[in-house]
Amino acid sequence: MPIVLQCHRGIGPSVTGTALVTKDNFSARYDLDRIAGVFSRPSHELFGQSYVGKILVFNTAKGGVASAWMLREMMERNVTPLALVFNRVNPILAQGAAFGNLALVDRFEAGDVATLFRTGDELAIDPGAGTVTILNRAS
Amino acid sequence: MVTLDDEEQAMLAGEFGPARQWAIAHQIAVAEFFDAKDFVRVGQAHIMADTEATGEAGVAFVESLAAMAPEHRRVAIPTITDPRGVDFDAYKRLKQTPGMVDIEARLIRAFEALGVMMTNTCINYQTILPPVHGEHLAFGDTGVVIYSNGVLGARSNFEGGPSALSAGLTGRTPRYGYHLDSHRVGTKHFAVSWQPRDLSDWGALGGIVGKRTDSYWAVPVISGLERVPNSDELKHFGAALASFGSVAMFHIPGVTPDAPTLRDAFGGREPPPPDPITEKDLSDFYGIYAARGEKVDVVVFSAPQLSLVEMGRVADLLDGRQVHPETTLIAATSPEIKAAADRMNITARIEAAGGLVLSGVCFYQSYAREMAEANGWKRLMSNSAKIVNILGGYGYKPTLGSMEDCVRSAVAGRIC
Repeated sequence: MPIVLQCHRGIGPSVTGTALVTKDNFSARYDLDRIAGVFSRPSHELFGQSYVGKILVFNTAKGGVASAWMLREMMERNVTPLALVFNRVNPILAQGAAFGNLALVDRFEAGDVATLFRTGDELAIDPGAGTVTILNRAS
Repeated sequence: MVTLDDEEQAMLAGEFGPARQWAIAHQIAVAEFFDAKDFVRVGQAHIMADTEATGEAGVAFVESLAAMAPEHRRVAIPTITDPRGVDFDAYKRLKQTPGMVDIEARLIRAFEALGVMMTNTCINYQTILPPVHGEHLAFGDTGVVIYSNGVLGARSNFEGGPSALSAGLTGRTPRYGYHLDSHRVGTKHFAVSWQPRDLSDWGALGGIVGKRTDSYWAVPVISGLERVPNSDELKHFGAALASFGSVAMFHIPGVTPDAPTLRDAFGGREPPPPDPITEKDLSDFYGIYAARGEKVDVVVFSAPQLSLVEMGRVADLLDGRQVHPETTLIAATSPEIKAAADRMNITARIEAAGGLVLSGVCFYQSYAREMAEANGWKRLMSNSAKIVNILGGYGYKPTLGSMEDCVRSAVAGRIC
């Protein structure tokens, strides 16, 4: 049975894909090699992993304002995550998702995204409705 | 739903042209995400748009606005810029590429067509038009925002480049976050049991508080500081706090304008028990970035750009000494301060010692990863806690030290 979780109304299109979950935070500028499409910051929990085509699940967003531009560039070059999911996001990522038309949601009623979702879960995100549906649990 | 006045509705309907129509639509999407009830008029916008961040997609977007009719594309309020990616006078020495220069020149031309003033600075609160208590703003650059909110009592959220550009075009921004009284009240209390001495100590304190706060929506209150810090000290403190913790506002009771007392910092309520910050916390923080005895490839004074006072201090420390031939020393400042430093012979003194003065850029926004590869730079030293935080993600091994230690290391060619 799919599990439907309520969140705040989000930004961007509805998407379906596979989750990559971390308790760590996110900055497009500081954490990513945006050419290779991998996490490049050695201290990041997802260091070395590819983010391309994944629904990335983080605690929150960090640091600089550059991510507001970078999400659109990543979208146009097709070296991009499919969607971003946070507990609570800062304005920069929300602005960047709006500029780049990337799916982004946060503020879940049921609690911490790091426990609600597991790496490998199949998720359907509907930002307009403010829902994330777990279609298939990772085994 | 956000309420639009007649002018905002007309913008959305396209009556003021396609640039303002895009801008207000972008701002409405952000407003609804953050439950803003309406818009607030802003006095200035400050756009962070170095070409490393914008990429080709961002440049092409701004060029598309620049191709519109003048009455449609010109900004509605004073709109200024954060540091650029390239200093055209220094790019060859830094082994930046002609491609970087070309894309930078394109973006400058496009912004000028929009009526944006190319101030190229992250210290506009010291050098251009300092914010006023209670003034609403749409500022980019986290260091600029936290200084304007915390030190000056002005009101801004972090506005990324596209959002700050939108605010420049519409003259307003969604009223949420730090535009609202309810968000500006202290939420965490830190008590310092030692006194910062150098700018790097102020940055380290910002880094420690930032790591423990770690939320855009939290407001740290710092007690225990025995002296009123100056503008450069609060600049380094705020920049590190914002960089390590994504924090946009702070109070120092008795210093910052919205907190005459500790109780005021918490909105008149009883302050929560303090989280202590000890001298050991400070030495542990420096310990993360320690590397004594190792060769140093590049010593950087930047992030934020240097004030005239900092530039003068770098020149004083370099007088009568020479930077080691295998080490590069860089001091980055704003175009206004560079002109003053030229006039006062400060630039010439730094360069006579083998240092390099950069204008209108800030090291980490200048293709730092590519510069590291092209120049073979690995071990970097700086007195900026913000820069040592950022550059770990760019393949550098950064060391934090005082300005004196940085200059001594640049001369010795290894970290002392």
